[in-house]
Amino acid sequence: MAKPKVAFYWCASCGGCEEAVVDLAEDVLKVVEAVDIVFWPVALDFKRSDVEAMADGEIDVAFINGAIRLSEQESMAKLLRRKSKLVIAYGACAFEGGIPGLANLTDREAILEFAYHLSPSTTNGTGVRPQTHFNAPEGELELPEFYEAVKTLDQVIDVDYYVPGCPPTPKITLQAIEAILSGKLPEKGAVLAGDRALCYECDLNSTKPEKLLVTELKRPHQVLIDREKCLLAQGILCLGPVTRGGCEAQCVKGGMACTGCFGPLERVRDYGGKALSAIASIVDSTDEKVIAKVFESVPDPAGTFYRYGVPASLLTRKRKAA
Amino acid sequence: MNTNFNPTIVGFFCNWCTYLAADLAGTSRMKYAPNVRVVRTMCSGRVDPQMVLWAFRNGADGVLIGGCHPGDCHYQEGNYKALRRTRLLRKMLPQFGIEPERLRLEWISASEGERLRDVVNEFTEQIRRLGPLRMEVAPKVAMAA
Repeated sequence: MAKPKVAFYWCASCGGCEEAVVDLAEDVLKVVEAVDIVFWPVALDFKRSDVEAMADGEIDVAFINGAIRLSEQESMAKLLRRKSKLVIAYGACAFEGGIPGLANLTDREAILEFAYHLSPSTTNGTGVRPQTHFNAPEGELELPEFYEAVKTLDQVIDVDYYVPGCPPTPKITLQAIEAILSGKLPEKGAVLAGDRALCYECDLNSTKPEKLLVTELKRPHQVLIDREKCLLAQGILCLGPVTRGGCEAQCVKGGMACTGCFGPLERVRDYGGKALSAIASIVDSTDEKVIAKVFESVPDPAGTFYRYGVPASLLTRKRKAA
Repeated sequence: MNTNFNPTIVGFFCNWCTYLAADLAGTSRMKYAPNVRVVRTMCSGRVDPQMVLWAFRNGADGVLIGGCHPGDCHYQEGNYKALRRTRLLRKMLPQFGIEPERLRLEWISASEGERLRDVVNEFTEQIRRLGPLRMEVAPKVAMAA
């Protein structure tokens, strides 16, 4: 029986998800033995035309990471969707928009204006801006269109499963691949990670008080972290309680509070709203002035609560200027 | 300013105080702006920020949360949760280009029918001056994931 055909592709991505596959270390050999990689731009020399030449559904599973910002990315996502039986949104960017999704708190014009004109290190005497078409002496050059907003993968194609994380851990990556190879997949649309909050996996969970209340919120640079005590109980903004588990709390083990990269739990529609709700709820004050003072430690609520999920949020982006 | 603009306001009213105040306004035959679509919750502390964001996404120009006065919450501290959540939400909304005044939290007790009338009238005019929100997020969604 032929080995299953697998494709990997990256859209608006940092490359971390590609490294996550490599990060499987010796386990990657198990994967490489079991599958036939037919497309992986970062590692192998297959071209887009190779994918176009395949029959529809010929690829068994495509892992697409990265958010959608360029027309080329949307086009590749749609091509891979046609040619694949299963499409997995791999990593926080494909799942919720990820870090590139923060661009939705500004707009296309502001970004291009800053990058090509205003930034301190830009020298752009002729006022050039990227164009989608350019007539060079050698012929016509094309660049993809830069969209108005960042989108998640499932906002442009139908996605079968999601593997969360920034990047997904080797463990859940392997679990996802094994589930696919064995055919033991849950219902379509499932997120292939844990189904309880991160706190359950965290070593510090036993030090988390029954009634967790804080009198101040501290940012990581303001405090020497007590590594033996629940971070949130110390007033350090940890999003463990509202974040899906499955990563084994690696960040906390490394002395860093959870920033929520695995996204929301099962019945939560908007991660940022839930995270905001949880953090606001635990502030131990009923006095408006004290509450306002505590919230001064959250100078950027959107960036803190929607670090990975602006495009997937209920509002998706900053309101368009009138 | 478009004076033909009729604001759409979603009101999350707590069962024990603000909702009863609205009832009182009604039985007292008070006339006031019809722009608030009332959603009754057991407590203002039940109002999840997701509900507020959902309302803005799906066409609300303003959101009004009504609860019991501080110290009088039927469930002891629920209204304080609403207070803290609303404050943080109002801090975040401008980052999405939404004027924080579009989200309002009021303490209105069961006997304050007149106050309910006045708050609704005032808030409706305030939203009318701010203009339509036009978040324009497609497609419109149901609350369930």
